[in-house]
Amino acid sequence: MPDKVHVKTVINGEAVEFLCEPRDSLLEVLRDNLMLTGAKEGCNNGNCGACSVILDGRLVNSCIVLGAEIEGKEVETVEGLAEHNKLHPIQDAFLENAALQCGVCTPGFLMAAKALLNENPNPTEHDVRFWLAGNLCRCTGYDKIVRAVLDAAETMSTEVNV
Amino acid sequence: MRAFEYTSPKTVSAAADLLAEKGDQARVLAGGTDLIVQVREGKRHLERIVDIKDIPEANVLTCDAQAGLHLGSAVPCYKIYGDKAIASAYPALADSTHIIGGTAIQGRAAVGGNLCNASPAADTIPALIVLEGICVIAGTNGTREVPVEQFCTGPGTTVLENGEFLESLKIPAPKSHSSSFYLRFIPRNEMDIAVVGAGASVVLDDAKESIVSARIALAAVAPTPLFAEEASALLAGRSASDESAIEEAAEAAKAIARPISDMRGSAEQRVHLVGVLTKRALNGAIQRVKES
Repeated sequence: MPDKVHVKTVINGEAVEFLCEPRDSLLEVLRDNLMLTGAKEGCNNGNCGACSVILDGRLVNSCIVLGAEIEGKEVETVEGLAEHNKLHPIQDAFLENAALQCGVCTPGFLMAAKALLNENPNPTEHDVRFWLAGNLCRCTGYDKIVRAVLDAAETMSTEVNV
Repeated sequence: MRAFEYTSPKTVSAAADLLAEKGDQARVLAGGTDLIVQVREGKRHLERIVDIKDIPEANVLTCDAQAGLHLGSAVPCYKIYGDKAIASAYPALADSTHIIGGTAIQGRAAVGGNLCNASPAADTIPALIVLEGICVIAGTNGTREVPVEQFCTGPGTTVLENGEFLESLKIPAPKSHSSSFYLRFIPRNEMDIAVVGAGASVVLDDAKESIVSARIALAAVAPTPLFAEEASALLAGRSASDESAIEEAAEAAKAIARPISDMRGSAEQRVHLVGVLTKRALNGAIQRVKES
C-alpha cells in the first residue's frame, strides 16, 4: 500500500491539514476525513455535479479531483456560504423560490451558482442554464433553480450598489 | 478505487523518469476528468499517477502574433475560450473547448488530456488538426515533435512511448484572412459526446473571394480523429461563395469516414452527418473571415 499523503490546504478560509491515501478523492476527503458532508456523492464520475466545490476560484467536481492534488490550494464548500447565522443571498433565493425538493443536488447547485455570479454578476437566463448544465436535479425541473439564481444575481448586484 | 502512488514532479525530466520506471503501470494526470474515472471504474490498473500540473512547461500559455500559440498540455479548457486573444485567433479551439462537458469539467479538463485520452470523438482534436497543431513530446532522451493528425493511433492509443508524455502543443500564428470553426452533432444542447464532429480552417485571398487553402478534420467516424486531406486540397483556388466546391469537399470528406454503429448513431447516419457538418464548418469559417 503506498504511503499516505500529508496535505496542507485552506478550506472555507481556514488552514487545514489532513492525511489521505493517494487514491482518495477530494469528495471522500471532505466527507470522510473532514466531516464536511455538504458536497454529495451522486454519480461519482463527473456527470451530475452533486459534489461541486470551488477550487482556487474554479468550479470543479470534487469526485474527480484527488485529495492529494489540493496541497497549497483553496477550497470553498457549501459549509462556507452562510456567514454565522446569516444565509448567503443565493441560499435565501433558493428558499424563496422553493428551488429544491429532495435537496441532494442543492449544495452543488449553490456552489455552481456562486462560481457563476463571481464571474458573471448579471447573467441572462441562457447563461444560467448553460453554466448549470453539469448539475443535475431530478425533482424540480430546473425552472425554479434558474429563477432563484437570477433573483440572487439581482439581490447581490443591488447590495453592492447600496 | 485500487491503490496507486501519487507523484507531482517539478521538472520534465523527473516526470519522464517516473513514467519510464513504471511503463504502462504509470499514467500522467492533468485535469483527471477522464483518468480518475477510468481508474475508479477499473478500466486502467495503475501503480503510479504522475501529476504534471507543477511542471512549468506543461502550464505554459502564450499567444504571440509571430510565434503562434504555445499551449502547455495541462492547461484547462476554460483558459482557452476565456482568453479573448486566443479565442479570436483560434476560434475552432474556442468552439471545441467550450462544449466539452459542463462548467466544472471545463475548469479542470486539459486540451492536452483530451488529445492523450485519444477518444475518436474528442472535440479538441479536429480543431487542433485544422489549426496545424504540433505535439511537443518529452521523454527521457529529450523532446520530439509530431503533427496532431499523426498522434492518435487508435481508440485510447497514441504514439507516446515508454517514458514519454505530451509536454505542450504548438499552433502556428493564424495567416491573414484566415479563420476556423468546429461543431458537432449531439441530440441535446450540451453535456454530450459527439455523434460526429467536424472542424475546418480556411485561408482566403486579399479580396476574401477565393479560397487559398483549407483544412478539414473529423471526429467520431473512425478509430482516430481524421485529417480529410483530399477534401481539404480540392478547395484550393475555388471561390469562397461556390456552394458546389463546398459540396465536393463534403462528399470527399464522407468518402474517408468509416464509422461504426453504436448507441449514439448508426454508421449511415454518421456518414450523412459528415457531409452536413463539413459544409457548416467550412461555411462557418468562411463567414468568420468575411466578418473579420
